[in-house]
Amino acid sequence: MTFWKIAWRNMQQRALASSLTGLSMALGVALMILVIVIHEVTVQQFSSDAQGYHLIVGGSKGGDVQLVMNTVFHIGNPLYPIPYSYYKEFTEGRYAPYTKVAIPYCIGDSFHANGWRMRVVATTPDLFDKISYGANADGTDKHYEFREGRNINTEHFFEAVLGSVAAKKSSLKVGDTFQPTHGMSAEGTKHIEFEIVGILKPTGTANDRALFVNVEGFYLLEGHALSAEADDALVAGLESAHEEHHDPDDPNRGRTRLPEAQREVTSILVLCNNDLSMMALDQAINKGKDRTAIAVMPGYLVQDMLDKVIGPVRVVLMVLTVLIVVVAGISILVSIYNSMSERSHDIAVMRALGASRAAVMGIVMVESILLSLLGGLVGVLLGHACLALASPYVEAHAGIVLRFWQFNWYESLLIPGLVIFASLVGFLPALTAYRTDVGRSLGGGR
Amino acid sequence: MLLLENVRKSYREPNGEPLPILDIERFHLDAGEQVVLRGRSGCGKTTLLNCISGLTTVDEGRISIKGRDLVGLHEVARDRFRARHIGFVFQTFNLLPAFSALENVLLGMTFTGQKSDSGRAKRLLEEVGLGHRLTHKPSALSVGEQQRVAVARALVNRPSLLLADEPTANIDPAHQQQVIDLLRTACEEEKVAMLLVTHAPEVSDQFDRVEFLEKINRAALVSSRES
Repeated sequence: MTFWKIAWRNMQQRALASSLTGLSMALGVALMILVIVIHEVTVQQFSSDAQGYHLIVGGSKGGDVQLVMNTVFHIGNPLYPIPYSYYKEFTEGRYAPYTKVAIPYCIGDSFHANGWRMRVVATTPDLFDKISYGANADGTDKHYEFREGRNINTEHFFEAVLGSVAAKKSSLKVGDTFQPTHGMSAEGTKHIEFEIVGILKPTGTANDRALFVNVEGFYLLEGHALSAEADDALVAGLESAHEEHHDPDDPNRGRTRLPEAQREVTSILVLCNNDLSMMALDQAINKGKDRTAIAVMPGYLVQDMLDKVIGPVRVVLMVLTVLIVVVAGISILVSIYNSMSERSHDIAVMRALGASRAAVMGIVMVESILLSLLGGLVGVLLGHACLALASPYVEAHAGIVLRFWQFNWYESLLIPGLVIFASLVGFLPALTAYRTDVGRSLGGGR
Repeated sequence: MLLLENVRKSYREPNGEPLPILDIERFHLDAGEQVVLRGRSGCGKTTLLNCISGLTTVDEGRISIKGRDLVGLHEVARDRFRARHIGFVFQTFNLLPAFSALENVLLGMTFTGQKSDSGRAKRLLEEVGLGHRLTHKPSALSVGEQQRVAVARALVNRPSLLLADEPTANIDPAHQQQVIDLLRTACEEEKVAMLLVTHAPEVSDQFDRVEFLEKINRAALVSSRES
């Protein structure tokens, strides 16, 4: 009979105590798994949010953090805008030689539904056609895909695309229309309707929580155009103009594009030709004489935020969960140690049957390891089961996709870690077994 | 087969004074011989068995089994020797409650350093009439059945010597004879020498050789005078 079997039988003999101590270990490990995996997913999401392009260019009046929070994570109030002409520098001006794709972002409107407030982002279809987000396991870029419908048509000013979470929260479907609200307050003026033509597949980025409208339509909404300076012809295209006279088949409802002179952008996502172009653009925008805008490398800034904000939180959580596992380990120690007096008789019998001191010590150590390992394995399963159970809720509300099998390499350290830890906590009761007085424990006289 | 020469063993009193327990000039047991050891309580019977088995070390003297001096052996080697060559039957049977009857017998093979022979363990249990109770835990066995498992466990490694410490003390008179018969028959069949400690005259009367510890243990005489 192996030591494992003997240890297993000892555990069976004290089934309730063994189960409870194993459970405490399982809960500690499950918490650890949750912290490890959720941290990894959060970091992945943060990183994915800032991937797919090199620079974010925005108004110089805001800071770089505000620019990234605003553009990448859709958090905070919009920055002071920059002229549309500045955006044109990237498409056909002085920055064009360095630029592969430049995507305008206009932020400032919101949509309120079912108690949720969602950001409305005005942009071009290039965001979903020419920019990627994150990377697949094989290193290839992840591209936006549509769960339903299609991308915005540039020529159809009032088309919109919804992120997966926004679609779920708003209960809107392809073919529905919605009215963005001017500003971030639910009490703001309602704009005219946009038609939803597509819903994105979940990306695990902040874009899942946003509604994207054609920037051409956005410019035509009230309060979004710069002053026309008494040019009556330009006013004709605006939302406030009468629309009952337009052709019902006209997707633009009789409106024409807003002249570029009246346009502004909140920020620009810039995908450069290469890393050298990125450095050149960064230098030109941030160090040049023209201080209209600043350029931020979002990857670096997000990494900095992760290191400075999420990193310490993770350390605190890990320390707490390690402490929980240590407490669980001590409960194993106490449980086995307390049972030593009642099992000293069994140990003495084994010694009489020829077991060496080292053997009985080993059996107690094996029991501690077995208890920790089983508790640990149950904890791993429990942790991942919690992830799987929470997955639909987290995906619906945060766009973060959690999977049952979402393993982190840190978890592979758990098993050897638990074996070492169990050996340490098992040492004290094992030592008691080692020192058992056989003659006295067998209950014999002289 | 078993030879004790000038064996001395003392314990320490709480005041630090040595309390002699064993002082045996010479005691021997031949191969296959069955001997009863009698003596009053506290005269050192259990200590003697523990010293013979190597569970307790002696202060001086020589204990040899099959020509091997146990006193000179390192503790690990002594444990291994005990596992292979000495069988134990205790007063309270001492079956481990977490293990089945078969596992209790196999436990006797676990510490020999050799591969366990579950076939032999089963055969022994069948021979003592427990072939149908292999998977039963001690709590599900009667007192008589438990003692039979204990006998099977003691003999499973084909020991040279079986030490039985008052094996009938906790059994009702109706079962006492069954246990003695079982031990004697099993030892005869397995050609195992047996040293049986008992207080019961009806048990000792059945053996050809009965030793009184007070006669061979000079320390017992000292302590009895003191008491």
